[in-house]
This record gives sequence, structure tokens and C-alpha cells, in this order.
Amino acid sequence: MTAASDTPEQESWFHRNQQSVAPWLFLAPGILFFLFYVIFPVFQSFNLSLYAWDGLGEAEYVGLRNYEDLYWEYVDRDAFYTSLKNNVIWLALYLLAIPAGLFIALFLNQTVFGIRLYKSLFFFPFVISQVVVGLVFTWFYDPTFGLLTAALGWFGLEGVNILGDERFVTYGIILAGLWPQTAYCMILYLTGLNAVDPEQIEAGRLDNAKGWRMLWHIVLPQLKPATFIAFVVTIIGALRSFDLISIMTEGGPFGSSRVLAYYMFEVALSEYGFRMGYGAAIAVVLFMIMMCFIAYFLWSMYREEKGR
Amino acid sequence: MHSTNRATKKATLAALATTVSLAVSGAMPAWASDLSGDLKIFLDTSNPAPRATMEAMIERFGAQHPDLNIETTVIDREAYKTQIRNFLTANAPDVATWYAANRMRPYVEAGLFEDVSDLYAEPAVGEALASTKGALTIDGKQWGVAYTYYQWGVYYRKDIFAELGLSEPTTWDEEKANCAKIVESGRACYTIGTKYLWTAGGWFDYLNMRTNGFDFHMALAGGEVSWEDERVKQTFLNWKELIDMGAFIDNHQTYSWQEALPFMVNGDAAAYLMGNFAVAPLRDAGLSDDQLDFYQFVSINPDVELSEDAPTDTFHIPANAQNKEAAREFLRFATSAEEQTIINNGQNLGQLPVNAGSSVDDDKFLQQGFKMLSTNSTGGVAQFWDRDAPAEMAKASMEGFQEFMVKPGELDRILAKLERARGRIYK
Repeated sequence: MTAASDTPEQESWFHRNQQSVAPWLFLAPGILFFLFYVIFPVFQSFNLSLYAWDGLGEAEYVGLRNYEDLYWEYVDRDAFYTSLKNNVIWLALYLLAIPAGLFIALFLNQTVFGIRLYKSLFFFPFVISQVVVGLVFTWFYDPTFGLLTAALGWFGLEGVNILGDERFVTYGIILAGLWPQTAYCMILYLTGLNAVDPEQIEAGRLDNAKGWRMLWHIVLPQLKPATFIAFVVTIIGALRSFDLISIMTEGGPFGSSRVLAYYMFEVALSEYGFRMGYGAAIAVVLFMIMMCFIAYFLWSMYREEKGR
Repeated sequence: MHSTNRATKKATLAALATTVSLAVSGAMPAWASDLSGDLKIFLDTSNPAPRATMEAMIERFGAQHPDLNIETTVIDREAYKTQIRNFLTANAPDVATWYAANRMRPYVEAGLFEDVSDLYAEPAVGEALASTKGALTIDGKQWGVAYTYYQWGVYYRKDIFAELGLSEPTTWDEEKANCAKIVESGRACYTIGTKYLWTAGGWFDYLNMRTNGFDFHMALAGGEVSWEDERVKQTFLNWKELIDMGAFIDNHQTYSWQEALPFMVNGDAAAYLMGNFAVAPLRDAGLSDDQLDFYQFVSINPDVELSEDAPTDTFHIPANAQNKEAAREFLRFATSAEEQTIINNGQNLGQLPVNAGSSVDDDKFLQQGFKMLSTNSTGGVAQFWDRDAPAEMAKASMEGFQEFMVKPGELDRILAKLERARGRIYK
């Protein structure tokens, strides 16, 4: 080490290029992991979706047959159609977590005695595992012994079997999912609200802005970064909605609460699943849907950076 | 400090080495002909009672072969079903549990299970295991041995039957007449939980085997018959009679089979079509043998012979096993008359032994089941719908059964859907 710095003309290649090499060295572990655990598997999935393979024997090349089967399932209103439809419902309704989180955050953004405790209590559902959330809601919905049935009974109403009725089941699961997701959005907004400029609020007051107008024109624009992040995590959460479905219904009754992620698991990896290629084809479709959002996120982040 | 440390370590190692070599050389003469090396056993018997039974049995086997280093891994029963695909190819044990019939076909066809026909060729084994040989045969060869099986049938509340003045039915008309009276008394005839689908498969097995016979049932499982066939439709119409009567509990699609037990325990339902494993939790829940009894599923079509579901649990030797000699010895041991009597008795698995030379426990359900299977199941013995039909078809069809039980009016649409699945799955 000492010898090298004493004689600059013999400087090693690394020392001469330190400035340009160092960032790549720091990035290398990240890039490597990203390549091996994200990028390569994506292309492997694309490749696998062109084969029929049971995970044990030889894979047989079938071209686009898997996609053709998916198309017919769509036409026949079969499992794939149900999954796709449920995914759309999930995407739309899961976004309710954003306004709900915002209003709880606004409500909790005050200084009264014990506010920290209230905030923690509201944040609580996000801390517990999705498995626990799923179980709690399953028992809540239980058509014979559940709290919901009991509560409806107090008003003399007939109990509904939310998780056993193909019309309600998806909504029932989404509601369970909204509970922790709202807490997540709330915490994002609470931190955002800390950064709201009090002078602008003051100025708004002077101009006689109150209530909705104040919120819409003065507070919300300043919460834009928080909204963006809340939007991103909620969309991703909706597309990954797997654990709750697996815990609460296993895709049932008769497959009516499946989403793409669960259907893929079912087809390729579950007890009765032997169709790796078909599962990969579903994964590719899910990837394409995610890609639309990812492209949008990247594009808007790029625009933001450029605007600065 | 450093050097002394190293010195002691060396000394210990040397000492260890001598003890090991001593032990080995000392043991050599006495057990020269016996098994040695490692024996890795993977089990899916993760419930407490079966787990203890298996571990005790392996201990007895180990006592007979002290040089054999046995390593037992117990994997959660549900997780096992997916993990077996990985460990058979990548890190195979010497013995693995699994299920008979079509359920083992993918592994047999992929060459992952060892052909053990040689075991059945030995007179001692071949004759003793003749009753389950068929379930373990694919392409004329045997791919494993059974270690236990159990009967299916109707478990019912004797006290409720007595209260309503009913007796065990034997025909479809008696069955329906009984059920009508039970429904009239404000109860459901049958409890069932179809959340995990397979329980509906049991009902289909019985209704179809009773309506169309064993051979037709197997042809349907093998994809040789259309789901829109009139005979299949007749099975569902029989089923519909019960559904329309209100025979089954409400909201069964939300419950697992265990969650459906309380309805029977509380007296809201009078009977349960189940495997013998339901007896233990029913007893645990407080039902005495005076309240609980068993009858064979009634005959529907008098022209077909009675056939039963009797799922068989099995041991296999993976093709990639390291110590196949020891594994074969273990299979011989586990199916021996003596071990079969022990592991299937009431204190252990509480099921039926597969060895013809072993004796059945005194438990009244096991006795009845054994008698039923050995004398009154002339049509054949099925494994269970999700073991007889290929996995994909089993999944699609059981989903259809569940939907049918909730919406019996949509039968034609459901059957059309299953027929499409049949066209895709059996090529």
C-alpha cells in the first residue's frame, strides 16, 4: 500500500480508475441479486410458458398452446376469466385504502392527550401478520358462530355467508385486506402531514379557505409525494393479494375468489398442480399487467426528476 | 495458549478416532451380515398420534439393526404433498410415505419410485399383502407397500336414530325415508364441510359406485366416459334428491371437515359420511360408543355389487435412494404381521392392518369396517376420488361437486364444464 502511493507512475489500474469503478463495485451485489432473482427468472418464466412440463419428466415444447388454453378459459368464463375479473375488482377497491388512510391521518393529526396511543392502535393491523388478519376475518364471517351473524341477529336480520357465496366472497376478502392497508396509507399520510407548510395553511386561512377547499387546494397538493407512494404500495398490494385468499378460502367456493397470483400457484405448485408451463403462462399475464403500472411509475418518477 | 489448544484438540480427535474404530471393529464380527450405513426415512405422519406410532416402530426396527444409523424426518402432511416433488429428485430419502393408485402414478412414470416387485415375489410378503397388491400395481409391477388403510362409511348418532325410531338403512328408499324424518325433526341428515373439496369427492364416490358400479366409476376416473353421459347424470340426480330434501347442513362450503364435526356433536346433524379417522375427534368431543355407530352406505341400484372406498397409505423406496437394501428390510418389517397388528391397534393408528396374518383391534368401528371390507365389498375397493382420478381432473371435478351441492339447478352447466376439462386433461 505504501509502495504504491510513493511511486505514482507505477499506480495500479484500480487506483487510476477508482472514481469510475467504485460505484459499480458498490452496485455489484445489488445488481447480481437483481439479475439472478428477478431478471433471469422473468425470462425463464417466459420460456417455460411455451412448454408443457409436470415438474418431473421431460418438458415438451408446445409453442403458444398454453396461451391459447388461457384464451379459451376466458371465452368459456372459466377459472382464468374469474381470476382476471377478481384482479380488476381487487385493483379498483383496494385503492379505497388511500382516501380512508388520508381521513384517518387527518383525524389523528392533532395534539391531544394520548394521541400517540391512538396512532399506534390505528397502525396496529399493519403490524400483525396477514395470516392472522385472514383468520380473524374468517371467524368474523363464520355463518353459524361468527360475530357478523350474531350482530345481524341483534337487528333481526338473517346471517349472510360471505365467504361461502360467490357473489360476496371477493368483496369480503378485500375488506379484510383493506384493514391493514388503510393503516399503512395512514402512516404514510401522517408523516406527510408533518411536512405540510404551516405558512401556506395560514395564508389559506386569511383567504377564507376552509374545510374541503382547504384540503383540496392547499393540503393535498403538498401531500403529493405521500399519495404517490401510497398509490404504488396499494397497487402492488392488490396484485399480490395471495395470502389472504389462501388463508380465507383457498380460492373457493368453487374457485370464485381466485386471483391470477393464486390461480398460478394452484395450477403449478399446489397439491393438485402439475402444470408448470401453464402456471408460467399465467405468471406472464400477471407480469404484463404489473408492467403497465411499473412503466407508469417509472415514467412519472423520471418526469419528476427531470422537472427538478 | 494457541498451541496447547491445538494440541488438546488433536488429542481429542485421536481419542475419538480410536473409539470409533474400536466400536466399528468390535461390532463387526457380531453383526457382519446385518445392515449398516444410513437409512433416511421421510414421513408425512405429522399428527401427534400417528407420529408417535411411526417413531416407536422405527425405534423397534433400529433395535434389531444397531449398526444402522436411522434418520427420521417428519414433514407436515399438507406440505409433504408439494415437497415430495423436490426431494424425490434432489435429495432422496431411502423410504418415503405416499398414497396408492393414481396418486403415485406421476412418480412411477417419471422413474422416481423403485420397482419392488421382488418383495412381492417373496412368498412371505406376497401372500400376506395380496389384498393391497392391486392398489400398488402400475404396468404389472409393484411400486411400494401399504402400511395401513381404513374404511369409509356413514357414522351416525345412534341416540338420535333411537329418538326418532329409525333403524340403520340398507336401501336408498329407507335412506331417504330416514332422512325425511330427521329433516322433519329440525336437523340435517348429514354434516359435511366442503371447503377443501375432497369431502364432496367421498359423496360422489359412493353415489356413483352405488348407481353405476365400480367398473364404471373407474372408467370415469380414467377419462373413458363422458361427464355428460346419462349414467353420470343419474348419479347426480340421486344426489340432488338428498340436496333438495335439505339433507346437508347449510353453508358447508365454508367449513373444513373438522369444522363440520360440531354439528354432529351438538345434534344438529345426525350422520357423517367419512373415513374412520373421524371417530377419534368425535369421541374426543364427548360422544360415547352408545351414541355413535356405523353403517355401510346403502345400496342404490340393486344390480350393482357393493364397492367401498378404503384409502391406503404406503411406503415407497425412491429410485435415487442410497441404501435400498436397508429400505427393503424396513418395508418387510413394517408390513410384517406382528408390526401391522401393533401399529394399527386402537392405541396407535386405529386403522386396519394390511397383512393377512395380523389381527384387527377390538374397537367396534374397526371390527365393523374390517367385516364390511372383507365380506360385503364384492364390487371392488376404490382408493378415493382424488387418488383414483388424475390430480387435475380430481381438482376440477371436486370443485364441480361443491358447486353442485350449493347450486344443484346448474347441473348441466357444471357437467359441460367437467366434460371440457376431460377433453383437455386426458390426452
